[in-house]
Formats: sequence, structure tokens, C-alpha cells
Amino acid sequence: MGNQNRSKAEKGLMRWVDDRLAVTQAYEDHLSKYYAPKNFNFWYFFGSLALLILVNQILTGIWLTMNYNPSAEGAFASIEYIMRDVDYGWLLRYLHSTGASAFFVVVYLHMFRGLMYGSYRNPRELLWLFGMAIYLVLMAEAFMGYLLPWGQMSYWGAQVIISLFGAIPVVGADLQQWIRGDYLISGITLNRFFALHVIALPIVLLALVVLHVLALHEVGSNNPDGIEIKKNKDAKGIPLDGIPFHPYYSVKDIVGVVVFLFIFCVVVFFFPEGGGYMLEAPNFEPANSLKTPDHIAPVWYFTPFYAMLRAVTYPLFGFDAKLWGVIVMGAGIAILFVLPWLDRSPVKSIRYKGMISKVMLAIFAVSFVVLGFCGSMAASDQPAWLAPVATTLYFVFFLAMPWYSKIDSTKPVPERVTG
Amino acid sequence: MKKQFITLLIALMPMTVMAAGAKVHLEPFTANLEDKASLQNGMKLFVENCMGCHSAKYQRYERAADDLEMDKDFVLNNLVVGDSKIGDQMTIAMSPADAKAWFGAPPPDLSLETRLRGSAWVYTYLKSFYVDGARPWGVNNKVFPDVGMPNVLEGMQGIQACKDEHCSELELVKAGSMSPEEFDKAMYDLTNFMTYVGEPSKMVSGKMGAKVLIFLAILFVFAYLLKKEYWKDVKSGSWREKH
Repeated sequence: MGNQNRSKAEKGLMRWVDDRLAVTQAYEDHLSKYYAPKNFNFWYFFGSLALLILVNQILTGIWLTMNYNPSAEGAFASIEYIMRDVDYGWLLRYLHSTGASAFFVVVYLHMFRGLMYGSYRNPRELLWLFGMAIYLVLMAEAFMGYLLPWGQMSYWGAQVIISLFGAIPVVGADLQQWIRGDYLISGITLNRFFALHVIALPIVLLALVVLHVLALHEVGSNNPDGIEIKKNKDAKGIPLDGIPFHPYYSVKDIVGVVVFLFIFCVVVFFFPEGGGYMLEAPNFEPANSLKTPDHIAPVWYFTPFYAMLRAVTYPLFGFDAKLWGVIVMGAGIAILFVLPWLDRSPVKSIRYKGMISKVMLAIFAVSFVVLGFCGSMAASDQPAWLAPVATTLYFVFFLAMPWYSKIDSTKPVPERVTG
Repeated sequence: MKKQFITLLIALMPMTVMAAGAKVHLEPFTANLEDKASLQNGMKLFVENCMGCHSAKYQRYERAADDLEMDKDFVLNNLVVGDSKIGDQMTIAMSPADAKAWFGAPPPDLSLETRLRGSAWVYTYLKSFYVDGARPWGVNNKVFPDVGMPNVLEGMQGIQACKDEHCSELELVKAGSMSPEEFDKAMYDLTNFMTYVGEPSKMVSGKMGAKVLIFLAILFVFAYLLKKEYWKDVKSGSWREKH
């Protein structure tokens, strides 16, 4: 049975398995005979690093779950129990909390790589969409995970985010109550967030990661030149500019992993609070529904979108500013999904795009970072025009893309990959 | 490559911003978890002066005895409050309901106070009580205005009063049992102990972290050499013959 053309082991146990499950074939398809362009640079480390962090989050998460108590009465104390009484509990917790931030660091760099080299372009649109879905689920996963320590910022951060649904006309208030399962954030909310954080969303995330990798291996990796290596093949059908992922990129990624772990461990062992941006000081006080913190700031990786939310301060068409803020924030994320259809440039990589595209990409990067700053600061501590201007520039990058990507000059694209 | 690093730095910038500064001037404080004598004295001060009203309910006496290198019998006989056992957490008998009635707000548990407000805040707060007849306990605090806590440290510190109407500075108007230097040292020890209580894992994390980083640095050398060896085949193109 099975496809007779499949690669199979000659004999032995592996042959027995191969006759029943295409293990050797899968190993070749995805590792030893998956041909990746040989010109990957620094920006190509972050995909494998994201996978590493995913494994870290799952493993440390399992062990944290063994000692965590998902109840309003016991959650905060159980975190301190993990920090103090569980052997290496502090390490598990810091690996997990630092891992959450590291996940977003590498995912943002991974996405920026895609933006620079046009990795979202035909034939990789579906790959990009799976990636965006991963990003979306990751945000939900991080948001729900942040409620679990049941500290002041956990509680009030969740309060702010859930209240956004209240801005939706007609159904808003009911929707909020449905999400919370209560009239306010309570142990019931904590319990459902726990269930979603440790079971539902990780399953979805894993499935999406598998789809992301399968879609990647179907079309093959893009590269800094943004050209298709499958166009030039040798007599055996192997791309002339391709090299087997294993062993060449596996050994290269190990170097990246070690460098990443070095930086990661500096944070885990010496700066686990990340200057108050990863573990916020008010979260060392148990959640108290009667006491609002002076300044509610989301964890750093949400700050750009939080700034977009706050940037809208005028009501329009009979809807209040809050609803428009929610719409702008949602659009800020949603617009990334349609990126493959906004770019009309004849070339993929920024290397061969003209000055307009380069400037627009730089404006986009700067506006995203500025929004990050704005979102982390109290609204009163920043110029009122800053976040609205940065938000506008963020959208201009996308909305004007069909136009500027078409008229922008380009450089000739080489036939084969460059260094 | 240079351009890419600059782009990376810009992308990472939000992480390097320091948290917003406090509005009150805080005295600098650097904890020293290696100074066991200071931590031991701090624990003694904590038990004697703070634990009348405040608990440190996540901290176990035994863990403190181990970490601070104190004899367990000594701790049990001299520092453990009430009928608690050496393995118990540092709790108190005062009920939150009573405490609320007496002080307006129940005195908070202090296990995580230094992580919540910062060690410098706690250190400065402890030294910033002054006479204020308008307050129920006759004292106010520069760092925490209108705080509900009486100045239990008055016996040691003496009495401080505002120098001028803006209360920009405090002066000692009545000496306590300690000289100002002795009192500063005592408050340093107390804050040092509270910093320890906030995160006891700091006792081991630094040393473990150093070992992990050394291991990774060595691993990097081998990982890099391995990569270099394999990539010779890529550079020469000879991998194609092997496949």
C-alpha cells in the first residue's frame, strides 16, 4: 500500500515503519532534502528561535500548571509558592514570563524580515496568513496568561481590554459579560482564561505552527534577494542556490540558538522584571477590584496597539471615540492580513526596491516603535499629537502601498542569489 | 549588516526605556544579599518592629534561617512569633478586620513590598516620618503622605519635624536611642532583609546564571566551529556530490 515512489529505508525496523508510515519520506521532505536558499542572513534565525520558545513555553507551562492554583483566592499565593517553595519554581516561572516577551521579540523581528524581503508575496500568501493567525492567537494567549498571576496589573489590564468589547454598539455590554462570565472580572473569568491559556489556545497555536511550516515547505523559503531558487535547478532537480536544511541550516541555527539563549538567560537570571516592562511592579500586589492603579500600562508587546486605541479622541458619525479607537486598533492588526494584496511592486526584496519603498518601510518601523513608546507611557506624559501622527503613518505605509509600490523605481533583480 | 543591526536596535528600543520615575526624591539603595550580618540584623528588626502589625506571609522562618545562615534553634527561640513552628510562614495574629478598624486600612503584607514599591522607596519611607499634629497618630510621612501607620521607629530614631512650611527637609528635634548613623544603618539592614524577602531566589539565581552563561559561551565556540566545518561544503559546493 501507499505511494510506491516514496523514499524508504533499505531494511530493518525503519523499513518496517516506512511500509506503514512515511517517516523517511517526511524526514527528507522537511529536513534532509528540503532545499533552502544558501544566502540566508541574520534575519533568518527568528523562525527557528520562535519554535524554540514555543517549546520552552509549553514545557515550563506544564510544570507551572502542576503548582498553580487557578482560583481568585489562591492564584496570587500559588505564584509565590512556586517562586519560593517549589524546587526551581522561580526558574520555571521566569523562563515562562521571559519566554513570553522573547516570543514577541522574535516574532516581531520575524515579521519585519517578511516585510523587508517580500516574503508575503506570491506564492507565499497563505504562509503569511497562517503566520498572522499565529500572531493573533499569540496575542490572545499572552493576554490570558497575564491574568493568571492575579496581580493588580493582571486584573486591571484585563479590565481595560475586556472593556473594549463594551464599545461595540448594541451587543457590547452583553458581550463583555459573556467574556467575563460575571458582572466583573472574577474567579470565574480567571478559571476560563486558565482553561483557554493552557489548553484551547496552545492546541490552536500548535496546529497553526504545523500549517505554517507545511505551507513554507510546500512553496519553499524566500531569501534576502526575493527570487525563486526553484527556477534554476541542477540535473537532479535540486535548486542550484539551495542547500539541504539539515545539516547546513540546522548547524547554523544551533549557533543562533546559543547566542539567543545567552541573551535570554541574562534576562532570566539577572533582570527577570525587564525594567518593569515584562513583570510590572503593581503586579506584586494581589488583584483588588476596589483599587485602580494610577497608571495602567499593558505589557510592552501590546503597547503599539494600545497607543492606537488611545490615539483616537474624537467622536465621529454618532459613535464615540472609544469605538473608533477599537476600530483603529483592530484595523491596525487586520491590515497586516491583506498585505500580500497591497504590494504591487514587480520585485519582492527591499534590496531591489526604490527609494520610496525604503523610506516607507523606515517610516513604518519608526512609527511602530514610537507607538510602542506612547502606549507604555501615561497619556499625559506625551505630546498629544504624537500617537495620532504615528498611527496615521503606520496606516499610510499599508494604504498607500498599492500606489507607491507600483510607481517606485526598481533595480534589476539578479538571476541567481547574491552573497 | 551594519544597517540591519541599527534596524534591530531601533526595534528593541522600547525595552530599554526606564520605568517612569517616582515623584518624591528617594535615597539611593543598593541591596547586599552577601552581607549576612546585615540581613540577620534586618530580620531581627523586622520581627521586633514590623510584625506587630505586618506579616510576611509568603516567607518561611526556616528558609530565612537557611539563607541567612542562622542557627534554627536560635531563630525558633528568639525570632519566631507566637506558637509558630520553624517551618511556618511569617504570619501574625492580628485579624485584618481589627486592623482595618484600628488603622483605617489593614497593614499590608510585606513579603513583596520591595518589589511593589522598590527598595529605595521602602528605605526612604522608613526614614521620612515627621511630626504632624493633624494626623491621628501625630505623624505624617514625606514619601507616603497621610499614611495610616504610626512611627514605630520613633524610639530608635527620635522625633523629626519639618524644617520649613514646605517641608522640603526634615530635622531631628528629639534624639532617639540611636545616633542618626546607627539609625540609617538599622534601616539599611531592615530594607536589605525586606529586599531578600521579596525575592529569596536572588540568593541563588546570580550564581546559577553565571554558570549557565559560562556554559553557553563555551558551547558557542563548539557550535560555531561545527557550523564552520559543515559550511565548508557549502562554500566549495562539494555537498552536491554527497547528496
